[in-house]
Amino acid sequence: MVDLIWLVPALPLVGFAVLLVAGRRMGEPAAGWFATAMVGASFLTAVVAFIGLGGLEEQVFVQTLFTWMPTGDISIDAGFYLDPLSGVMILFVTGVATLIHMYSIGYMHGDPNFSKFFLYLNLFVFSMLVLVLGDNLLMTFLGWEGVGACSYFLISFWFTKPANASAGKKAFVTNRIGDWGFMVGMFMVLFTFGTLSYSEFLPLAPGLATTTATFIAVMLLIGAIGKSAQMPLFVWLPDAMAGPTPVSALIHAATMVTAGVYLLARINPVLAVSADWVLPLIAWIGAITAFVAATIAVAQNDIKKVLAFSTVSQLGYMFLAIGVGAYWAAIFHMITHAFFKALLFLCAGSVIHGMHEHQDMRVMGALKKFLPITFGAYIVGWLSLAGVPPFSGFFSKDEILAYAFDVNPVLWFIGLAAAGLTAFYMGRQAFTVFWGTPHWHPEEESVEEVPPAVTGTEAEVLADADDPAATSAATVVATAQPAVDVSDLPDDFEPHESPWTMTVPLVVLAVAAAFGGLLNIPLPSSLHFLERWLSPVFELGGPTKLSLSDGSILLLLSVSALVAIGGTLAAAAVYLWHKVPSAPLEPAVLANGWYIDSSITAFMGGPGTAGFQATADVDTKVVDGAVLGVGAGVGRLAQASRYLQSGHVRRYALSVGVGTVVILGFMFTRVVI
Amino acid sequence: MLLNQFLLLGAVLFCIGVYGVLVRRNGVMVLMSIELILNAVNINLVAFGTHLQQATGQAFALFVIPIAAAEVAVGLAIVLMIYRNRRSIDVDSLDEMKG
Amino acid sequence: MELFPSDAVFTPDVSWVALWPMVVMALGGLLLLTISSLGKGRIPRPFYALWAVLTSVGSFITAIPLWAQVHGWEDAVLWYDPEVDPTGPFSTVGGVIAADGFSVFLTMLIAVSMVAVVLVIEAYLDREQDRFPEMFALTMFAALGGMVMVSANDLIVLLLGLETLSVAAYVLAAMDLRRVQSQEAGFKYFVLGAFSSAFFLYGIAFIYGATGGTGLVHITDFLAANVLLGSSGLMLLLGLGLLIVGFAFKVALVPFHSWSPDVYDGTPSPLVTFMSSVVKVAAFAGMLRVLVMAFESAGADWRPVIQGLAVLSLVGGALGAIVQSNVKRLLAYSSISHAGFILLGVEAASDVGTAAVVIYLTAYSALVIGSFTVVTLVARSGDRLHTLTDYQGLGRTSPLVAGLFTFFLLAQAGVPFTAGFYAKFSAVIAAVDAGTAWLAAVAMLSAVIAAYLYLRLVVTMWFVDPAAETDTSHVGVPAAAGIALAGCAAAVLWIGIFPNTLTDWAERSVPAVVQPAPPNLVESGDEADADVEFEVGPDGMPGMPGPMPGEMDFGELDLESLGIDPAELEAMLEGGDLGFDVDVEFEDPPG
Repeated sequence: MVDLIWLVPALPLVGFAVLLVAGRRMGEPAAGWFATAMVGASFLTAVVAFIGLGGLEEQVFVQTLFTWMPTGDISIDAGFYLDPLSGVMILFVTGVATLIHMYSIGYMHGDPNFSKFFLYLNLFVFSMLVLVLGDNLLMTFLGWEGVGACSYFLISFWFTKPANASAGKKAFVTNRIGDWGFMVGMFMVLFTFGTLSYSEFLPLAPGLATTTATFIAVMLLIGAIGKSAQMPLFVWLPDAMAGPTPVSALIHAATMVTAGVYLLARINPVLAVSADWVLPLIAWIGAITAFVAATIAVAQNDIKKVLAFSTVSQLGYMFLAIGVGAYWAAIFHMITHAFFKALLFLCAGSVIHGMHEHQDMRVMGALKKFLPITFGAYIVGWLSLAGVPPFSGFFSKDEILAYAFDVNPVLWFIGLAAAGLTAFYMGRQAFTVFWGTPHWHPEEESVEEVPPAVTGTEAEVLADADDPAATSAATVVATAQPAVDVSDLPDDFEPHESPWTMTVPLVVLAVAAAFGGLLNIPLPSSLHFLERWLSPVFELGGPTKLSLSDGSILLLLSVSALVAIGGTLAAAAVYLWHKVPSAPLEPAVLANGWYIDSSITAFMGGPGTAGFQATADVDTKVVDGAVLGVGAGVGRLAQASRYLQSGHVRRYALSVGVGTVVILGFMFTRVVI
Repeated sequence: MLLNQFLLLGAVLFCIGVYGVLVRRNGVMVLMSIELILNAVNINLVAFGTHLQQATGQAFALFVIPIAAAEVAVGLAIVLMIYRNRRSIDVDSLDEMKG
Repeated sequence: MELFPSDAVFTPDVSWVALWPMVVMALGGLLLLTISSLGKGRIPRPFYALWAVLTSVGSFITAIPLWAQVHGWEDAVLWYDPEVDPTGPFSTVGGVIAADGFSVFLTMLIAVSMVAVVLVIEAYLDREQDRFPEMFALTMFAALGGMVMVSANDLIVLLLGLETLSVAAYVLAAMDLRRVQSQEAGFKYFVLGAFSSAFFLYGIAFIYGATGGTGLVHITDFLAANVLLGSSGLMLLLGLGLLIVGFAFKVALVPFHSWSPDVYDGTPSPLVTFMSSVVKVAAFAGMLRVLVMAFESAGADWRPVIQGLAVLSLVGGALGAIVQSNVKRLLAYSSISHAGFILLGVEAASDVGTAAVVIYLTAYSALVIGSFTVVTLVARSGDRLHTLTDYQGLGRTSPLVAGLFTFFLLAQAGVPFTAGFYAKFSAVIAAVDAGTAWLAAVAMLSAVIAAYLYLRLVVTMWFVDPAAETDTSHVGVPAAAGIALAGCAAAVLWIGIFPNTLTDWAERSVPAVVQPAPPNLVESGDEADADVEFEVGPDGMPGMPGPMPGEMDFGELDLESLGIDPAELEAMLEGGDLGFDVDVEFEDPPG
């Protein structure tokens, strides 16, 4: 059964190829159903292979397709590597992707590029499966680049919107920094072990010298940070939700961003032998990212942007888990996160769909009666992300916190604070969107609902988000009425529930998000199904064994639950019952992502955020801004080099002459007398 | 043998030629400077050939002479074409393309 | 007393098999010129294009038996001839032309590139309503120069090839009479090219002075046997430095690159395909053979220089490209960056490095010909539209062309499963293998920067709305250009997905140090009556051109026909005043 594994990535690839050739002719909705069927079949194959894997003695299966690159004595195969880790990964990747595909059929209804969208989607899933299943680092790198390119195309999908094209570019550029780390790390592995194959080099890892292991680990960590949007390379992910919502769901939940976590989990034997500061570094990066991103999420007004920052935050938890040696807990959280974040994004998409493409939470409100199914599903996702028992997020997050407490209580505390914030901002979103009063009719709300202080803050927020040049104009508009223009909605507008192709995936995901925690019940330890299943993978990595007593675990569980409920209640107090004014809680610093984004951009000598948002024109300004990660002043250096290229042939001859003199000067130093 | 003196002569001619290419603005003078460099090389070749008592040096010089002739023929043709179009052979005026 | 009568003629051993590809190319070019001058414009131009294609194909085909002779006949099934044993690498024409895997493979590469180049030129001439076939003839002569360069085993021959290539290329650059930029490009290319050729030549003169010969095999042996000190050492090193300058100019390495953006910009676009493929292949081949083979023992002297040039080119090329708004200039800078990558393989000075260079050159030729073919097509009539603005919205107006261009650009950026990735991969492997991992890290960093500029073009084509001044007419693909594009795209994919074949060839494409075969005195025949073998001292032997130390076996000779009296020879041998050792075995001893 396991030898069917090649079918898992092959089916989406077939889908891609067929859509490439015949996509236009298939049209809507056939192309969508076809793509969905391909990914669905892939999921079924994955289930079969997974069951087959359970029956194997070794629980590892390597399938070599062909020898790809013979270079000297090194040869690299194209093949697949199925072990408990990749088995789990393919299950939820294909599973969630199938639902997202199905959802997209309804969501993309009427789009002129309907079939093209599914083509990219299929290619995306294929790339992710290659990433996960590749039996060596190069295959993983192939998938790594593939998801990067696909995400770039998908984010830019509605390329008529300039912001999307530039967000896509930003994602690409930031990812390249990570790619560089990956590449260097990969070559280092190749030259240390003479192979890139997981099944060959991972067992040898314990014999590595500390320096080598540290170098490899740090380089791959840079790769993982870039791909999984951790501090300081997280700037792209929130922008990347500019694309169609199903894409955000796919990128944020099941694929792409989890790749970094997967990579770190995969190379756990290398992490184990690297210098003793590497793992704590990962843990701190994760903890700080989790906290900072959560604070930023508190002050966002775009329904998707809140979720985007929450993804960054949740990925921070997974890094934290890796850093404290709780590899399986990272994977556990990855799975539950895939369920509830996909669910939340799809709900957001449903809301946006119902609101005629409006994404600003301030124009929503009281949607629960208009979108009952979405509302019901959303509740599950919300409580799960907020970490309220007994939903899945509670269990997975708490596992991580327990390990963090065991290793370093400070980390635990930061994580706990982030958890409180998570509950708070999710409560804020839930209450603003689904409760309260409807805000989609401009004249109703401007005076009564929104206190002036809030409007002021919002004006600033908007002004900062847009071109600074437009600041004054935005302020004027904002003080007059609620910042967001809803004039395009008809007077008799009423939000509507989405079609069944969109709601069915919501329901399925809601069930998964609600009961995902059953994979690994914290107490008693005999119910640690996932941990036991994954344990062979992490054997060499020396995973941390929890030294806490059952009582302590129970205590930690209760603390987490209290924090989650407390955060939710606090949000309710502010946004549902309006006991506390919300303005001080949403300072501009947070709304602007602590200005990290803009200060990086400014630091890089570019024209700042405006450059990204203003236009996709590939003028030099955007160029300067977009190469932000590569290094300060790259653009300026390049500009300077233009002056050397004066167009005068004598100047060129001079540069030849100078070059010659330098070379000959060097040669003089080499003369043996 | 006067090898060193010949090499010195070659080096001086070479430097004069390089200097000419770098500072002359007249296209034809640039061509002549390049000729000068090639002839400096010829002096070196012949001097080495004589020093080593081989025919190779001289033979090589015989190859270089037609090469130089071919280069100059093409170079003059290009300069002439530019002169026709611009009525000037100032090499510094050729900066249509830069950056 | 002389052994042979003074009118005896020594002809170098000539293996025509090794020369056929060049001869075909030369004859093809000459005949094309002849026919066109006789035809006086009555013959339609496509005929000349076909002629040039057939010549290139012929050149390729004649290289196959040569490959077989070097590597064994099982590689060339059609030419299978059990009678002829593979001889392995050999040299011919007195040792100045090498026939080894390296020269044969790159000759084939040039011939194949020529087919694509000619097709693109034909498409261009057709669009520009140009009836004259000079472009074909000139590219053919330039390709001939390139073939001579890749096979040159002697610095004189290398120079001849270089000049044949360059002089033709100068004219090609100035070929477009309607655009002043083209003349400017021609002039700049010429002045700087002649300038650097002169440096190159000066370098050869020094090397000749220091080693006493111009043959690469001679230099290899000489440097292996001697350590040059003092002024001879200085001459050698100055010569080496000047040679590097000459090569660095031809392949456009920073800081000798400044001509290339201007020249690429001004030269008629289809000819840029030639300049960026064949010219670079030939120049890199010469560089590799001289540095890695002849100056192998001086590696410590030239490797740091090459490393410096590589870093400057990798970074300079990528940086220079970022600010360009002209696509041709942008690609010119990107090719500077590529050249830096190829240097990784040269710098490695190993078989792995050589294979990496061959792989990179092959992949790069396909990529760059494809890219500039697209540039040629998009430029529209008059060859004028080259700015980024002209590429805006191309994805919607001409999806096929834009799609292919995207593919080539992504491959240049090094996306896995394309030739570009595999080429970069091989270069990095070679560098790390040679112990210069830091250089590999710089190269990867440069690849990251460079990826941005390719992306910028892709974004411009697909995601930017055309500006008001953008020509939004559909870009058609003429059949000739279509064939070239399809070929390049197929090659890029094929190399990317199944690199084994190319790797296999590349690993066998290593320059070989082969002693020259002895000159022919006369054909051996049935009437041979003596087996003559000389051992010649370092001073050479009287009556023979040039110093040829070492053993020489003349094989069986017919003394009578040479005008040598066996009895006299016998007497000479016994007298022992020949100045060299000679061993003669008489079939029928006189007396």
